[in-house]
Amino acid sequence: MNKKTNCSVYTSWSERQLSLVLPILDYLDYLSVPPSLEVDSMKKSLQNWCILLVSIALLWLGILPYPQAMGAENQDKVLHYISRLSFGVTPGQIQQVQASGIENYLQAQLNPESIPESPVLERRLGQLDTLKMGPPDLFKSFQKYNIQLQPNKGRNLSIAEKKELQQKRNQFRQKAIKQAQKAHLLRGVLSERQLQEVMVDFWFNHFNVVFSKKVIPFWLADYENDIRTHALGNFRDLLATTAHHPAMLIYLDNDLNVAPNDKAKGNLKGINENYARELMELHTLGVDGGYTQQDVIALARILTGWGVDRKGGLGDENSFKFYERRHDYSDKVFLGHTIPGTGIEEGEKALDILASHPATARFISYKLAQYFVADQPPTSLVDRLGDKFLDSNGNIKVVLDTLFHSPEFNDPQYYHNKFKTPYQYLVSILRASNINNPNFQRLRGMFAQLSMPIYGCATPDGYKNTQDAWLNPEGMLRRVSLANAIANGAVSNKQPVNAQQLQKTLGNKFSPTTKNAIAQSPPRLRSTLILGSPEMMNR
Amino acid sequence: MKRRKLLQTLALASGSMLLPVGCNSWVAKEVKGLSNRKRLITIFLRGAIDGLNVVVPHQESDYYEARPTIAIPYPGEKAGAIDLDGFFGLHPALADILPLWKQKTLAFIYNSGSPDGTRSHFDAQDYMESGTPGIKSTSDGWMNRLLARLPQDRPTQAVNVGNTTPKILQGKMPIANLSPGANSTRPISIDRPRISSAFELMYGGQDSLSKAYQEGIKARSIILEELKQEMMSANRNAGTVNQFVDDAAEVAQLIVSDARTQLAFMEVGGWDTHIAQKQVFNRSLPNLGKGLATLVQGLGSVYSDTVIVVISEFGRTVKENGNNGTDHGHGNVMWLLGGGVRGGKVYHQWSGLTESELYEGRDLPVNIDFRDAIAHVLQEHLSISNQDLGYIFPQYQLASNLNFLR
Repeated sequence: MNKKTNCSVYTSWSERQLSLVLPILDYLDYLSVPPSLEVDSMKKSLQNWCILLVSIALLWLGILPYPQAMGAENQDKVLHYISRLSFGVTPGQIQQVQASGIENYLQAQLNPESIPESPVLERRLGQLDTLKMGPPDLFKSFQKYNIQLQPNKGRNLSIAEKKELQQKRNQFRQKAIKQAQKAHLLRGVLSERQLQEVMVDFWFNHFNVVFSKKVIPFWLADYENDIRTHALGNFRDLLATTAHHPAMLIYLDNDLNVAPNDKAKGNLKGINENYARELMELHTLGVDGGYTQQDVIALARILTGWGVDRKGGLGDENSFKFYERRHDYSDKVFLGHTIPGTGIEEGEKALDILASHPATARFISYKLAQYFVADQPPTSLVDRLGDKFLDSNGNIKVVLDTLFHSPEFNDPQYYHNKFKTPYQYLVSILRASNINNPNFQRLRGMFAQLSMPIYGCATPDGYKNTQDAWLNPEGMLRRVSLANAIANGAVSNKQPVNAQQLQKTLGNKFSPTTKNAIAQSPPRLRSTLILGSPEMMNR
Repeated sequence: MKRRKLLQTLALASGSMLLPVGCNSWVAKEVKGLSNRKRLITIFLRGAIDGLNVVVPHQESDYYEARPTIAIPYPGEKAGAIDLDGFFGLHPALADILPLWKQKTLAFIYNSGSPDGTRSHFDAQDYMESGTPGIKSTSDGWMNRLLARLPQDRPTQAVNVGNTTPKILQGKMPIANLSPGANSTRPISIDRPRISSAFELMYGGQDSLSKAYQEGIKARSIILEELKQEMMSANRNAGTVNQFVDDAAEVAQLIVSDARTQLAFMEVGGWDTHIAQKQVFNRSLPNLGKGLATLVQGLGSVYSDTVIVVISEFGRTVKENGNNGTDHGHGNVMWLLGGGVRGGKVYHQWSGLTESELYEGRDLPVNIDFRDAIAHVLQEHLSISNQDLGYIFPQYQLASNLNFLR
């Protein structure tokens, strides 16, 4: 009787809370007099109430084990969300998200425009001068050297003058690459819009280009910015952005893909299948998406003339230009659709078909689930995300919202099970260690040592994000060695990383083995060990 | 001489499984039972190299018709092919390996490749590395399964050059990495005992991170010792800027000085020549040739117990495309090097280049499964049993009667 009455007061309590309170109530029942003694029942009830109130007070004060258990679960979940939606936890962040609530954190991250950007980041980005120049200007500055170096243009150059010009030209190209890489890294470390940066990492590798090919360096930062604009937007828009972007057209040779009967000179003599194939295999349908070699050829013909006006002035603001005279105007059959030869619209139609294709929905969903949940993502989740992708016409934000609310994402078996890529690993170290102005030159060397230079994946499939790809003996040794270097200030102006602060930042969530290793080692190795621990290597 | 005696004694005293750390190559070679172990080195040319311009069918007029700007001219013409057998010729930029052909330890297998028709680089590479064309679910690579069927002697029994493990070596057997480039032996923090003993406590378990860590520590100590010894010796091409040549020298060094190293894998990228193929080949082939020559030279007498297989995921279109390049094709050429290879010969089932003879009317057909060639090496060279072959290449029936080993 008492128990029932007492219980009803607390109907709003969660099951877990109840499970902790019920034994107390049982104990109260045990204390209470048998029901036959009705006279004392009122008095007893009052007494029971008092005991219960004291118990609750104790619970509140954290004397009984219950609040810790509750807090721990909360903290695990908070940490899970932070480590998947960002490049890693920063000092005080666990407490901040605990206070504001996971849902608020998630919704803010899904709507990056709602988050004011870090002024420190904006100031640092403002110092990178090549970022302020548009790609055509960058290209023109580069071309100036080439024009001067051409024979018979102007006066004859001495060998020394030639050398100097070549050196300057190469330095300028290097500068454009380095500043784009630096901006990328600074955003990863400092941006408040972390999920957006995480999605830039995802999409850049999905629509990969490499810094080393031809004149791509001058379009790198611009390409990434365009991806950023649509990173949480609509997939069709994102696809269009990459398909019209000089970086992609140059990288996959579509700037050289022309109608076979074209009268143009040089190496512009016919079809080049490279982009058409990867557009289906890697960007949309996936390799098992059901297309044939005939579809590859048809799509290549549809995309003839999609090229780059490097100097600007003829094409759009990004230097994209549709060269009508290079286009194959014959009718095509593409994935069962007849596409009359009308010009640039054919390509737009093809992109429509690809973006809304169920195979694309499934392929993108699989990759998202793999990136955010597990190397072998649960099929149930992939299916659900695929449906959401189709229902929402490729609304990336909606798909991600579904993903983050899914039971699979929230299943503790998937917590902390993603092995970080070298990039994720180093950036998370910088964030946890509060290194806000890292030595970029050193870090560049570190990324190279770990085989993951920024924008350096030469193949169009981009860097993988699975454990299979990155966990290996030599890689482990390199990681812990770099952890030691960073712990001792290698990238923070010789300022060593504070172990106590670091431990606190990470929520002190270490396995007994890690704790033991730390306890048994000299105190000055503490930061090294934390940064090199399994807890830092996984997200 | 005294030192040599001492090391030999030490080697024998420590049993047949362990060599004293830091022993010199000439000592290792003289310890019987270890030195004559058979080796296999696989070199993967990623991006699909155009075999038709590597081993040129210069007597085939269709070849010249299909490739008006990128064909390699007849032998004797300017920048012409180097004639091999009156029908095929070698790309002139590969002159470094011509002596091996003349020595009859270099052979080619034409019209070879994967029976799967995919023209995706990534699928085709995965299939060649898993050894199960058409089956995506295979999670390990055939070299890892091969390692599991060789006498066990860890941990540098299989070495990969690179900081990431390629599919071909993924699987349950541990493998060692050698960092590519010139930095593989530069000291890193973990070389300091203070640091490694602290991490030992953290990574002493059986989880995958711990296992990787432990294998790394074991392999590094061996690699460091063996490579440091001869880092500056004559067989290393001092001053070269080409990474593959450097890596080849290191692999040879490691194999020669550490008798346990039985399998090695290397990769060279950059063969996806959709445009300007001539320039790419003229720039990249000399390095490839020089690297192979360096490898052979570095192996010294061990070359007679080594087979080197050079493969690529698929070939390229017979016809050149509109950009003086070639697109993704099908059949290709495999390269075989080794003291035990009956070289100086192009093994082939050549069917010409007329459209009707081509795969889908455009590519070289695959008449010889790449597994036929590798299976032959596994059986004859590495003494792999039929049963073990079924484990290494599941769902595969040896089909050809290739016989290119002495």
